[in-house]
Amino acid sequence: MKILVPVKRVIDYSVKARVKSDQSGVELNNVKMSINPFDEIAVEEAIRMKEAGTASEIVVVSIGVEKSQETLRTALAMGADRAILIKAADTVDTDIEPLAVAKLLAKVTEEEAPGMVILGKQAIDNDMNATGQMLSALLGWSQVTYASKITVDGDTLNVTREVDAGLQNITAKLPAVITADLRLNEPRYVKLPNIMKAKKKPMDIKTPEDYGVDVSPRLTITSVVEPPARAAGIKVESVTELMDKLKNEAGVLS
Amino acid sequence: MEEIERDVMEFDVLIVGGGPSGLSAAIRLMQLANENEQEITVCLVEKGSEIGAHILSGAILEPTALNELIPDWQEKGAPLNTPVSSEEIMFLSETGSLKTPNAFLPPAMHNEGNYIISLGNFCRWLGEQAEELGVDVYPGFTAANVLYNEDGSVKGVQTGDMGVQRDGTHGPQFEPGMELHAKQTFFAEGCRGHLGKELKERFNLEADSQTQTYGIGIKELWEVKPENHQPGLVVHTAGWPLSTDTYGGSFLYHLEDNQVAVGFVVGLDYKNPYLSPFEEFQRYKTHPKIRDTFEGARRISYGARALNEGGIQCLPKLTFPGGVMVGCEAGTLNMPKIKGTHTAMKSGMLAAEAAFEAIQSNFDVVELVEYTNRFHHSWVRTELDAARNVRPSFKWGLWLGTLYTGIDQILFRGKAPWTLKHAHADHETLLTKDQATKIDYPKPDGVLTFDKLSSVFLSSTNHEEDQPIHLTLKDDSVPVAINLAKYDGPEARFCPAGVYEYVADENKKDGSQRLQINAQNCVHCKTCDIKDPTQNINWVTPQGGDGPNYPNM
Repeated sequence: MKILVPVKRVIDYSVKARVKSDQSGVELNNVKMSINPFDEIAVEEAIRMKEAGTASEIVVVSIGVEKSQETLRTALAMGADRAILIKAADTVDTDIEPLAVAKLLAKVTEEEAPGMVILGKQAIDNDMNATGQMLSALLGWSQVTYASKITVDGDTLNVTREVDAGLQNITAKLPAVITADLRLNEPRYVKLPNIMKAKKKPMDIKTPEDYGVDVSPRLTITSVVEPPARAAGIKVESVTELMDKLKNEAGVLS
Repeated sequence: MEEIERDVMEFDVLIVGGGPSGLSAAIRLMQLANENEQEITVCLVEKGSEIGAHILSGAILEPTALNELIPDWQEKGAPLNTPVSSEEIMFLSETGSLKTPNAFLPPAMHNEGNYIISLGNFCRWLGEQAEELGVDVYPGFTAANVLYNEDGSVKGVQTGDMGVQRDGTHGPQFEPGMELHAKQTFFAEGCRGHLGKELKERFNLEADSQTQTYGIGIKELWEVKPENHQPGLVVHTAGWPLSTDTYGGSFLYHLEDNQVAVGFVVGLDYKNPYLSPFEEFQRYKTHPKIRDTFEGARRISYGARALNEGGIQCLPKLTFPGGVMVGCEAGTLNMPKIKGTHTAMKSGMLAAEAAFEAIQSNFDVVELVEYTNRFHHSWVRTELDAARNVRPSFKWGLWLGTLYTGIDQILFRGKAPWTLKHAHADHETLLTKDQATKIDYPKPDGVLTFDKLSSVFLSSTNHEEDQPIHLTLKDDSVPVAINLAKYDGPEARFCPAGVYEYVADENKKDGSQRLQINAQNCVHCKTCDIKDPTQNINWVTPQGGDGPNYPNM
């Protein structure tokens, strides 16, 4: 079975994101970018399936700027077999919306005919949590979101999902779109020789026009602002003072 | 622990560190190989998560070395966007300031033709140039240990293991580091590299030089109001808030896009254990001549890094069997110019040229003495010679040091027939707590001045939590028995990132304290390794890719 893993290049999780002074978005110039952590988990899961003999080939695909090649190379160095970059934006400030991404991925899926698509449940930059769901709808495939455990048995999937009430075990038929949650696995560290080998793995570079998909935005961002700063705490001397402050200043007790 | 099977990779030249010197060496090697149509393999490892992630400097770039290395840097898009347009040097008192007329400034302190840059962004660009030329650039990999051949020469380095747990056992993601072997290994770790420290000792590289002295530089990047922004303006100060017996001063550079880099350097030969370079920096910003720039501004980044101040008389032997030191690893910074990028780059280029020559003659030379020859016949040597007496003269205090600098630099043009000595190693200078006066620093206001933790937050520092602590102690009892008892725990103050904290010892009921090391905060500045009065702290590399993630620093 072939597995398709879409990955997104996002602002690194360790970077303190800063809103631009004109409130048009988050500053991304000269900021460290890396693979979306949930997508990295998806890549890891696919590689483990390949190592277990369930999968035969892993194709990673990214939609974004030229530099998303680095993200794809990371996935290739982890163990994916080949990559497709759909160059859909010239600057990192252009975010391609989930619907456009899903439409492109649907086309890639038709072309590649994988048995399964695994992707992160959401990207940590805009937290949309929509692409996987939209993709399954466009394809008419089973949809399995927030997976924290996946086993494949013939053409049946057994998946544990992380839901508000706890864990939910479901079965679904392949082909399916699966979105990966945090506890699905812990991705491996990339080996240095594998980074070198990854440079030689095949990478196709395409454009949205190649797939006949319009990626122009349907949403308008009116402004991006930082959350209000938390006021500094104070030390109180006694319980009486605490009660007094909670009642009269904070207004949380009556 | 069980023996680990390690993969081995072989290269012609291995470079440890992706700063200006290492990257310039890599680029120069590949240029020469291409010009001579010779295949060579060059590998560069960098502990930061990407090139530039751990780079921090003022910075003003004198483009001399860059013009030599990449003459068409402009067309290639080098991020040199802000030429220096005007400059001021001021002596500050608590409320006043005295501007030095430009005519009285030594030639080394003029900045016409120089650029205000982000050294991190400049290194990112150099990294791209190196990769395009065919250098294997590997950020996210530390050089954890030096490997030696049986004859004692350097064989290469071993990269750090990944996925080791706090107790030293291998976690589920464990990935062993590998051995990188090379005919020549260039050590370009920057100031106080932890491998460089070992090499200096092992090969006795400092036998004929004076003890190196250091400074700590702390920097913030601000976005200021457009009306307070003058692109190209450079302001340096000396004096307040430091006492006149402490060497140091500030820099304030107006970059592009309403950004202002502001920073403070304190010589690590300071005496008072109660001095906090971080707090001195915060206090400096409140000076009436300085604070207006930051009115209504927003702080966007923070970081710190130690720097070499010793100059040419502290330069160690540059070569040893199998390897060389380049840039700040050796200590090529020009202190009166307050610049080291151009000299670091040039030293890397000179080492590259010597190494390439050796490769062409099939590398029968184990020690690259030709690099030393080239170095001593280069403009770096001339420049550092002229600079050599400025920094040590400040052991006489700010006023005599300044007066001497005027005489040495203007009258003698750096050619005085004597060489001043540095008095002590930096870890030997601290007074004991009963000899020193406590310093009462004002509380941060959260607008112009800040505490350490909110500052470290802006450095985007990240360390995998479950790993061995990379600030190692040779003797666990020393911090409380000596550092705390005798010096009142100076590491809590000289660390600019809040790594060291003396806290109540839960296991003892007598109110005694223990040292807590918050290794996750470490911004890799190396100050503790230098200033610890007992030299008990040994900085080693944490997991690859960990540490700060500086943007635009």
